[in-house]
Amino acid sequence: MSTELKAGSPPASVPFYNDPKVRSIAYQVALCLIVAALVYGAASNAIENLQRARIASGFGFWNNVAGFDISQTLISYSNVSTYGRAFWVGLLNTLLVAALGIVFATILGFIVGIARLSKNWLVSKAAQFYVEIIRNLPLLLQLLFWYNAVLKALPDLRDSLKIPGGLVVNNRGLFLPAPQAQAGFGFVELTFLFGVLAAIAYSYWARKRQEQTGQQAPVLLVSLGLIVALPLVVFLIAGMPLTFDYPQAGRFNISGGLEIVPEFAALLFGLSIYTAAFIAEVVRAGILAVSHGQTEASYSLGMKPGPTLRLIVVPQAMRVIIPPLTSQYLNLTKNSSLAVAIGYPDLVQVFTGTVLNQTGQAVEVVAITMAVYLTISLSTSFLMNLYNSRMKLVER
Amino acid sequence: MKRVLSVVALTAAIFAVQSASAQTLKQVKDRGILNCGSNTGLAGFGLPDAQGKWTGLDVDTCRAVAAAVLGDPNKVKFVPLSAKDRFTALQSGEVDLLARNTTWTSSRDTQLGLNFTGVNYYDGQGFLVRKGLKVNSALELNEASVCVQQGTTTELNLADYFRANNMKLKTVTFASSDEAVKAYDSGRCDAFTTDASGLYAERLRLATPGDHIVLPEIISKEPLGPAVRHGDDQWFDVVKWTLFAMINAEELGITSKNTDEMLKSSSPDVKRLLGAEGAFGEQLGLGKDWALNIVKMVGNYGEVFDRNVGAGSNLKIDRGLNKLWNKGGLQYAPPVR
Repeated sequence: MSTELKAGSPPASVPFYNDPKVRSIAYQVALCLIVAALVYGAASNAIENLQRARIASGFGFWNNVAGFDISQTLISYSNVSTYGRAFWVGLLNTLLVAALGIVFATILGFIVGIARLSKNWLVSKAAQFYVEIIRNLPLLLQLLFWYNAVLKALPDLRDSLKIPGGLVVNNRGLFLPAPQAQAGFGFVELTFLFGVLAAIAYSYWARKRQEQTGQQAPVLLVSLGLIVALPLVVFLIAGMPLTFDYPQAGRFNISGGLEIVPEFAALLFGLSIYTAAFIAEVVRAGILAVSHGQTEASYSLGMKPGPTLRLIVVPQAMRVIIPPLTSQYLNLTKNSSLAVAIGYPDLVQVFTGTVLNQTGQAVEVVAITMAVYLTISLSTSFLMNLYNSRMKLVER
Repeated sequence: MKRVLSVVALTAAIFAVQSASAQTLKQVKDRGILNCGSNTGLAGFGLPDAQGKWTGLDVDTCRAVAAAVLGDPNKVKFVPLSAKDRFTALQSGEVDLLARNTTWTSSRDTQLGLNFTGVNYYDGQGFLVRKGLKVNSALELNEASVCVQQGTTTELNLADYFRANNMKLKTVTFASSDEAVKAYDSGRCDAFTTDASGLYAERLRLATPGDHIVLPEIISKEPLGPAVRHGDDQWFDVVKWTLFAMINAEELGITSKNTDEMLKSSSPDVKRLLGAEGAFGEQLGLGKDWALNIVKMVGNYGEVFDRNVGAGSNLKIDRGLNKLWNKGGLQYAPPVR
């Protein structure tokens, strides 16, 4: 545009306000100023109105005593703790259910996705049935179903199911024997840590050697030996320094042991099963996106089906799978806020529920909660993008 | 240029939205309808019946205000609010009046900027348990699981009570009372706790009400009452004196049935209340017959109590603390004069 203007050499008498360049800049500046003024006006007006209605009055509540109890706490918490502490309890509960949900949904999703491509008619139809049923029902309904189904189906405290090995199941939850480390267990932990590091070093060495000489090493077997067998041997030598705290039935509840509350179980179950249906479709799409010619080419080079899948198909499929998988992970994390419907003390239930109520600080509490979810989601997608860029096609 | 002007006008309209604080009485009269924050459904206090007509003690408080201000107890729009949303709805002006079995506490009165206009029900928190547990006192509930609705004073009292008595507690918190009761009914918890009046109401909804008992302990003071926003003294007075008028009417023996005879009464107290003498309605910014309308259209406090929660209702709650002051209770209203 500017070159054209130069070429046309404009008449000298054009005043500056008729210069299209000056005009467009002036319009842009004016627009920016108006937008800024609007935002400022709206914000200050909102703050003033909120203050007049006594809806907003700062973050001073953070260090006040909360005064309520929470049913599941990963860090120590009592009703004399602060609202800030309650926030962390809720956040950790959210992260726990989201992290476990992502792991289970991924495993189940990959299994179902691959099963849908199976040549066995029954297996592929079963997988399709699962996906179509689960994917097309609202998650909230499913959560309520699992929660009420789990609760109603389980026996009372007095008729608790006792599973061999010290497990107890009733409508108050699942109780596991809690392992208690005794003196000498530290050695086992140290050996385990050493085993993990040694396995990493070994696989690094094996890869280097294969790159140079083409010789393969039994990486899986050696790693298993280092990580599992070695600590086990130390554990036996040290005289099995581990005891279990078994759950005991009290008058009202079961005391001792490790408690998994039904709200948590229902939420984890519901989220995993729901998200797995979507992940299954993502996986199926990813695998189908790899052209069959790749497999045939691999076979014609003499590769067996196992290595073909592992070295040829999956790496290419992952490139298609990872981006939509990321959004499924984000969905799962955000959907965990539906916990509020079934009484699981996640961030929304504890913080945007009870804390908001007891303090009345709606604006601050909701703003903090939104910031937290945004942070979790952005961190998740940052990590997945890192992974994606590692898996990306490297062009030479 | 015309477009620019319209944009400016629109912006001005958005920004000119003032917080409706000072003129609630005028707004209600202009609107011709009272917006009243109500429970989403609690038998005896606020519950729409099969025909969609709202009934309850709190609902009748709203109807009484509508009768006093607009001369028609049906000119009320009930806005069902959860425990979580109720204060924001009142603060933001969505409702003119909150009558939703809300406990009067100091922080709500000050920090949240509310004004409680009186106590229409003196309540206290109790526990509902299964008979099969063979528990006779709340003090035996050590280590019990208790289902509770979140966002209530109940949740805090529960934690305080267990702490004060060195008992261990497992709370299971639900967003709505419905869900908490359902979980209790399905056996998730040993006990359900809320205000005693609520316990009687919720017990009726359990699968087998006869298998559950309300424990004798009352662990807290729960004065329930209507609330309005800070900063509008005229409206505060109107709502406050509506309740006082109902209590005074009961004390003076005026009922919804005998208002016409009572108008001819020679008692100066009755004459002043019903507007036959003096200008007490005008002083409130209402008509002369404000209290007459309340009693005639809604009833006196005793009638309203009896009809909704007392002997004339399914709940059959004893009047207890809610008897008039001269009958051994706490309900006492300043005189109209």
